[in-house]
Amino acid sequence: MADAAVGDVAVEDARQVDPAGRLELARGVLRGLENRAAGGRPVSHPEADGRVLPVAGPLARLLPAGGLRHGTTVAVPKGPGSTSLLWALLAEATAGGAWVGIVGRPGLGLVAAAEAGVRLERLALVPHPGADLLAVTSALLDGLDVVAVAGAERAGVRAADRQRLAARARQRGAVLLALEPWPGADAELICTDAQWQGLGSGPEGGSGRLCSRRVRVRLRGRGVAPGGRHARLLLPGPGGTVGLGDAAVADVRRPPVPVAG
Amino acid sequence: MSGAPVRVMALWSPDWPVTAAARAAHVPPHRPAAVILANRVLACSAVARAHGVRRGLRRREAQARCPELAVLTPDADRDARAFEPVVAAVEELAPGVEIVRPGLVALAARGPVGWFGGEQAAAVRLVDQVAARTGVECQVGLADGLFAAVLAARRGLAVAPGDTPAFLAPLGVEELDREPDVDRSELVDLLRRLGLRSLGAFGALGAEDVASRFGADAVLGHRLARGLDPRPPLRRRPPEELAVEIELDPPVDRVDAAAFAARGLAERLHRTLAAHGLSCTRLGVAARTVGGEELYRVWRCAEPLTPAGTVDRVRWQLDAWLTRRRTSPSFVEAPSFVEAESAEPVDAHGGAVDRLWLVPEETVTAGALQLGLWGEVGEADERAGRALVRVQALLGPEAVVTAVLGGGRDPAERVRLVPWGDERGDGLPTPPGEAGPGTGSGRQAAGVAAGARRGGVRAGAGTRAVIDGPDRWASTEAAQRLGPAVVAVSRSTAPAGWPEDVVRRADRISAADPTGIEVQGRSTNRRRRPPARRSTGRTAIREPPPSWPGRLLAPSPATVPPHPLPVELLDAARQPVRLTAPDLLSAPPRSLVVDGGGPRTVEGWAGPWPLQQRWWMPNGVDGSRLQVACADSTAYLLLGRAGRWWVIGVYD
Repeated sequence: MADAAVGDVAVEDARQVDPAGRLELARGVLRGLENRAAGGRPVSHPEADGRVLPVAGPLARLLPAGGLRHGTTVAVPKGPGSTSLLWALLAEATAGGAWVGIVGRPGLGLVAAAEAGVRLERLALVPHPGADLLAVTSALLDGLDVVAVAGAERAGVRAADRQRLAARARQRGAVLLALEPWPGADAELICTDAQWQGLGSGPEGGSGRLCSRRVRVRLRGRGVAPGGRHARLLLPGPGGTVGLGDAAVADVRRPPVPVAG
Repeated sequence: MSGAPVRVMALWSPDWPVTAAARAAHVPPHRPAAVILANRVLACSAVARAHGVRRGLRRREAQARCPELAVLTPDADRDARAFEPVVAAVEELAPGVEIVRPGLVALAARGPVGWFGGEQAAAVRLVDQVAARTGVECQVGLADGLFAAVLAARRGLAVAPGDTPAFLAPLGVEELDREPDVDRSELVDLLRRLGLRSLGAFGALGAEDVASRFGADAVLGHRLARGLDPRPPLRRRPPEELAVEIELDPPVDRVDAAAFAARGLAERLHRTLAAHGLSCTRLGVAARTVGGEELYRVWRCAEPLTPAGTVDRVRWQLDAWLTRRRTSPSFVEAPSFVEAESAEPVDAHGGAVDRLWLVPEETVTAGALQLGLWGEVGEADERAGRALVRVQALLGPEAVVTAVLGGGRDPAERVRLVPWGDERGDGLPTPPGEAGPGTGSGRQAAGVAAGARRGGVRAGAGTRAVIDGPDRWASTEAAQRLGPAVVAVSRSTAPAGWPEDVVRRADRISAADPTGIEVQGRSTNRRRRPPARRSTGRTAIREPPPSWPGRLLAPSPATVPPHPLPVELLDAARQPVRLTAPDLLSAPPRSLVVDGGGPRTVEGWAGPWPLQQRWWMPNGVDGSRLQVACADSTAYLLLGRAGRWWVIGVYD
């Protein structure tokens, strides 16, 4: 009974916000009720509270929730464009007052971060956590809104530890960004087909400068069509911020494959 | 009368920040000294004042008025630590000492006056005692109430009992704004504009009228101006259970560890107080050492203490106690103090602290300290801060950093990493070691170099957007293509180490500089600081943004290797590509070998752009930069220097 009352209050609040937010909240409430009705241990789902950290406009169209859901784990494996993608993901969140920590990643181009719109005073770096990577990351998950972590493999983080970190993020409502492949991540963002623009080549070599880069960002994970979702972006765009590429977001439809559940 | 305040004796050491800093830096007392924060004089010694240095002056101006001025950096911890021996000296003669702030203590006058047989005798005895024990000069003032006593101490007066309102009446209203913790500048300004120039005139207003027109803070000021206690006399006696304590196991003998413990304790205290609807105005800090000795000290504040303020005071106090046993180097010139310490067992504190407790000595109902209406925002910041401090405790304070953007031409040198918790950016003090031989242009050039090296220039994001843009790029690029001749011209118009005032204040530019060179051209080599926030009455002219010609424009490399990686750049004949001139390659590059990896085909490149900077330094960085995009869609920023190529940025 008490649960239902809580749900009523939540729905009451939701009347004031926009339809998308209401839908998200309603889903969260429904999921909570389902979990309880199932009788087992309540499994808190990533979307449980329905809050979303905003991301820059072009990326928001790609992400199903329009941003980074609190409590999720998102992998951004290293590759061409991955660091720029990281800055693009963090820019809007820090501008909105979220705190971000990056663990285990020395040599970040922070000028590029500032150009992308990241507020550096809300960005804390722990470049060399050494063997304490796990402890540091979980401590930061307690207090910060987004924690990006790299070098987990090198620091000897096992699969169970990964799950523990993801669970901690879920419990605290933080976003865990893995800057490397992360088994069990809720979503994975990869840049492909990167192409720099602005440089002269061949006989015109030496002219121009790097201006912008077209990339195709592919999203895979829960709540996305099996083939993933793509968006063409300028990452970075001419001023360092993320820009919109020529084509819009497209779900890649594959022939229907039977999926369990 | 119900609000008659008790008689208070205030002992004030003038210019304490300067005294403490000068002792720590071993600056002799006869040399003029000033503590400078954010390019403004925060406090100066009497000698410096005699030379015309005043609070709020710019550093350059202060140094112009007094060339031998010793420039010192502010440090609240050091001030508090150095003040502890003074407090101890006073406490030997009179119990119940309260520290108002480092440099100022207050004590109830009744005890010492009765014991030494007269106010004059007590004051003389105290001043002598402090001078003999610690070598610190101080002044004593006596009056009814703390506020008047402090003002009396500044003038070295003893105001007769009952004469306090008469003593205060002719003083200016700006005396209300002397406390560094409380900003009453607006009130003072308002009162002056209303024609209420003296405390007496302000005090003559009705209390109800003041309350209804100017608000709660003015009521406090009004009470002060009338010579009453700032708070109505009906004070709540704090119940005993408000005190919080913590057992430290193992005992703590390091300041940082003690401060960490103090943080949790202070938060607990504030939670308890908040639960009772109280906030604390006098805080007792107590500790027990392993040897069983109990140390106790009362801090008094004009405003109710915030959690951060509590932590600061506890840290200062612990810092003072823990460093006390080791004879602090700033007091070696006072041998009597050392002797006293070794001779008297009472003073032989030391040893680790194993129990720590905080007692709210005086509380007021919490009104002003409510959380904000949307309190969650500050809460999130506090939570983040706690998490980061925890990581610092795990890995050391240097392990958690935040970035501050500064000036520079390369992506690496535009970023300065600051340990979390340290001040970001504003007011970079020049360490004494780097300042060079304090004379003339040599010092200034060194300052410029230091500024460039540490990224002493901070460019606002908004201003950068103005500079960036295709036109600006084209002109810079054209200038670079023209080669060293152009650079040399701009060099001659940009002498290093122009006095800041000359460039900053437009009226002086024309006076000192008949050629009228544009300011932007000159700003390239000069160390620049953000304008100080402190209002000094004079409006500063807005500075043009630093331009750093020759720096790379957005987008910047998303990855900057901590150390440049060596690469080989090969042409079609697999021969190394060299720079035949600063802006000319020997052959078009075809492939790139990064750090022993396989060769990558070069698809396009831009540059090379010559870079000439810090030519006045023996190991100045000369070189040319080149952007290279490879077939696998990675792009690199290369620096060619001394016949080799290095990766200084990766566009990934």
